Amino acid sequence: MPAIQFEALAEDALLLRFGERIDIELNARVQAATACLRQRLPQVGCIPAYASVLLRFNLRHWPGADPHQQVQAAASAALNEAAATTATARELVIPVCYGGEYGPDLAEVAALCRLDADSVIARHTAADYRVAMLGFAPGFPYLLGLDPQLAVPRRTDPRQRVPAGSVAIGGSQTGIYPEALPGGWQLIGRTPLRLFDIAANRPSRFIPGDRVRFQAIDQDQFRKLAATHPA
Amino acid sequence: MNVTVIKPGLLSSLQDAGRPGHAALGVGRAGAMDPPAWQLANALVGNTRGEAAIECTLIGPSLRFEQAAMIALTGATITARVGEHDVPMWTTCHLPAGSVLHLGGMASGCRSYLAVRGGFDVPPLLGSRSSDLHAQIGYAHGRPLRAGDLLPVGAAPALPSSLAGDEVRLLGWSLDPQPWFDFAQRPLALLRGSHWPQLDAASQQLLLGGKFYLSKDSNRTASRLDGHTLQLRAPLELISEAALPGTVQLPPSGQPIALLAEAPVTGGYPRIGQVAMVDLPRLAQRRPGDTVCFHETTLDEALTRLAAHRQRLARLLGTIAQRLECT
Repeated sequence: MPAIQFEALAEDALLLRFGERIDIELNARVQAATACLRQRLPQVGCIPAYASVLLRFNLRHWPGADPHQQVQAAASAALNEAAATTATARELVIPVCYGGEYGPDLAEVAALCRLDADSVIARHTAADYRVAMLGFAPGFPYLLGLDPQLAVPRRTDPRQRVPAGSVAIGGSQTGIYPEALPGGWQLIGRTPLRLFDIAANRPSRFIPGDRVRFQAIDQDQFRKLAATHPA
Repeated sequence: MNVTVIKPGLLSSLQDAGRPGHAALGVGRAGAMDPPAWQLANALVGNTRGEAAIECTLIGPSLRFEQAAMIALTGATITARVGEHDVPMWTTCHLPAGSVLHLGGMASGCRSYLAVRGGFDVPPLLGSRSSDLHAQIGYAHGRPLRAGDLLPVGAAPALPSSLAGDEVRLLGWSLDPQPWFDFAQRPLALLRGSHWPQLDAASQQLLLGGKFYLSKDSNRTASRLDGHTLQLRAPLELISEAALPGTVQLPPSGQPIALLAEAPVTGGYPRIGQVAMVDLPRLAQRRPGDTVCFHETTLDEALTRLAAHRQRLARLLGTIAQRLECT
């Protein structure tokens, strides 16, 4: 297994880098390391990204001249001791109404992929995705596992306002906009589920490491579900 | 009691220590841009639990206090009046019921803090009353204050030394702002960033010696630096990694961007530097057009300065609490 690189990013921040690629296997290592470090170093904050984990620590907990050295030693020890744990990922099914007013770019995506719209939907719902990280906005999941055939470039003219719940493709990734936000990804559908509620006990529907599948629904089902998940 | 916003000022919001620890959910820290100034304002009114204060930007708000209140102003040098009284900064002021406090423009600096005894008591979200203007989290969905807003003030017992009466009254002492506000705008300490070696030689020299200017496009998310365009030796394709306040990024435009309190939690631009934590409040106090210069520091030096700064602040907070009890 390749060695982990450690890099001090700031006075209270240490980056653990596992690689420099966007890759579902590499990200699985990131998620397993995050789960392990959270368990064994609960006083350190772990923020997973595609191929790295950022550790934020409170300098008061690591007195001494070289807190980064101490945190690095503690993190290395924790990761070495741990049996190769595979974090048990949650599985979430996200209903999506594809195309039409909810997915205004579906036809364009289909044309770019040289597929028809139904094949785009079939391929998008067939895949097993992983939440690599949350970012861009609170609760925005970056999903890995997109069928390579569906990879399309971002829009040349980003939208000022992408509606909340929009399911989108940007390059080799797919994601869901939790709120109305500006965005440049191609919109292929929309989920009626609310993804982020700051006032809730668990504000984010997704956490890094989750497994996700999409399920196609029609407009009637969308409206019914939307009524039970008020924004 | 409530405080009514009569005029909102240029950009005023409620801020506390922010909501650290939720970056894995995509939620940034936000919080006061000049944390020591925010803490000192709270200390001067006897708040000890990280209460929310108003962060004003360049032009402050006008506020009506329904009931008598204890307030303090810190941070950037701002004019403040109640009727004919000038309200000084860095001290404690008693306002009688019905007072209208007019905050004006800032002579220097960019952000002032107005604390009230009891704190602004809006519902906390993920443990913080901070407004994250970028992520739209906080009081009124994280928007800036508006005329007509009614801000609740938390209950707090009177201090032994409490000023009272029907007139504006001041404590007999005030803090020296000098250590907590950088009137001279000295260069800021910068750590080399992850991608420093990929900067070309001329750009490395410019970053550590050149004179930059704070762009008018700066906000609570980032300070954009005008004056020099920096270049990498060769284009760099990076995948997104965690981002931090203080990180100096270099987007393809070549204009350096220093991330601040509302930094996104991930970013994919090269990181050419990291502003030392102890100097971040000083960067946050630069206003559009102000110069920004950096000098190189090491992690050891930055940690030593930070520890000394925190000790000094803790001592001062202790002294203020004692004097409020005894005066």
